[in-house]
Amino acid sequence: MSTLTLAARDSSTMLRRNLLHMRRYPSMTLLLIGMPVILLLLFVYVFGGTLGAGLGPTGDRAQYANYVTPGILLITVASGAQGTAISVAMDMTEGIIARFRTMAIFRPSVLTGHVLGSLLQTLLSLAVVTGVALLVGFRPTANPVEWLAAIGVLAMITLALTWLSVALGLVSESVETASNLPMPLVLLPFLGSGFVPTDSMPTAVRWFADYQPFTPVMETLRGLLLGTGIGSNAVLAVVWCAVITVLCFFWARALYNRNPAR
Amino acid sequence: MSSPSRPAIVATGLRKSYGDKVVLNGIDLEIAEGTIFALLGPNGAGKTTIVQILSTLISADGGDARVGGHDLTRDPDAVRGLIGVTGQFSAVDNLLTGRENLSLMADLRHLGSVAGRRRVVELLEQFDLTGAADKPAATYSGGMRRRLDLAMTLVGDPRVIFLDEPTTGLDPRSRRAMWQIIRDLVADGVTILLTTQYLEEADQLASRIAFLDHGRLIAEGSPHELKRLIPGGHVVLQFAEPAGLDAASGLLPAATRDDAALTLQVASDGGVGSLRALLDQLDRAAVNVAGLTVHGPDLDDVFLTLTGRPDNERAMAR
Repeated sequence: MSTLTLAARDSSTMLRRNLLHMRRYPSMTLLLIGMPVILLLLFVYVFGGTLGAGLGPTGDRAQYANYVTPGILLITVASGAQGTAISVAMDMTEGIIARFRTMAIFRPSVLTGHVLGSLLQTLLSLAVVTGVALLVGFRPTANPVEWLAAIGVLAMITLALTWLSVALGLVSESVETASNLPMPLVLLPFLGSGFVPTDSMPTAVRWFADYQPFTPVMETLRGLLLGTGIGSNAVLAVVWCAVITVLCFFWARALYNRNPAR
Repeated sequence: MSSPSRPAIVATGLRKSYGDKVVLNGIDLEIAEGTIFALLGPNGAGKTTIVQILSTLISADGGDARVGGHDLTRDPDAVRGLIGVTGQFSAVDNLLTGRENLSLMADLRHLGSVAGRRRVVELLEQFDLTGAADKPAATYSGGMRRRLDLAMTLVGDPRVIFLDEPTTGLDPRSRRAMWQIIRDLVADGVTILLTTQYLEEADQLASRIAFLDHGRLIAEGSPHELKRLIPGGHVVLQFAEPAGLDAASGLLPAATRDDAALTLQVASDGGVGSLRALLDQLDRAAVNVAGLTVHGPDLDDVFLTLTGRPDNERAMAR
């Protein structure tokens, strides 16, 4: 069997294992969907009137629902990443991982199984969150091609953050650490253009907000879904996602190949 | 050391340290194909580390090892294709059912769906798990979990099996059941490296036993050969007051006294004749003995004898 066939076969076996875990314990998936939905409702119905007024002379709650949805979608991706870090760290405490290490299988398949499982889980969450957003006033103008491109961008950032969170899950000594380490990811959309335009921020914060990876991703999504200007953001978003994915894949693989402790 | 057939496992000069702590200090092993080899030793002797190295889980700091003719460091995947490992800590997926755990192994061993399903049903029956096959492994008892663990190891019909303390924590009935499973395996020509803390287990199962202490093999041989190295057991005499202990100690200068517990430990084979002689001797001197217990040779005796560390008995005799 060639390495590639072996990799595909063992990864899909491990994906099945992770999907079984998710199906048997759906509470994690519900939690991952619930958090962004609550934030969405909070920002549209509690802060939406005031924040919408800040978007411009015609700004209101309805306009804010459009503005905030890309940010909420990224929160959904980040919260999925947090779930991945937790489940990887929990998995590493299980004896069965030692068994996998002594088997003639595609070695990173334990990790690729987690990544593929989390990718599907996050895409499901994104679908639900988008559905709720549509219900509360999100009015995208995208055509089918733009929708597909938007899904592609979301899948790319999810893949990047999932590999990052797999590495964070592996580097954590405990499940508690694994749940805390990805926390900044959930905050990054706030320190970007997710909730308010960056030009309303003080200089130092704005500098960070303009150059951090989530901003080009959110601006690209906004452009694809709502027809605002994209400019160089699309290229920046793709480059950021590719760089994070590649670096974190190698980081995670190196962490997994270490001699296990004990 | 000579063996009747070609060795399934050969190790020379295996070393491993964690920081300053030397865990393995030059281990040489040769295990003949189709035999059970037991590594016997107390906790912390390095048994698990040997299994972890030979099963490619961790790398040694020095030395060479071959399993099934394949070098551990140069061709670990060839080794992994031949071996099965049941570690000391449960290696089952607790969230999956017994059947799902076995199917997972069948898929990872690339058995194909028909052959895989057949093997899973076969193993569920063989290990008496059919009734619980569709319950999550988290709900299994200790014995069931251990059986599932071993069944998972056997899915791909490994030729070399590592069993790290396979019966630790099992009740006597489950332990006997596990012994029978292990005997059946070796009857099929599989090679087994077993670690245990129990002399009886090694004696029951293994054709060769190696004794491990502080990362060194201090003795190796057949159970029969090793037993000749082991002294007989001992008798512990319990006294009600120090005067009795003093009197008995005077009569039996080779015995070990424990003033705090008011006991005297006397070397004895535990036979009726020698016990009668001992009691007669005490009786004649009118020493009042409150209680008496007979101890067969246990791991401690073996250990003390083989490590050459003088136990109290011989220290007193000097």
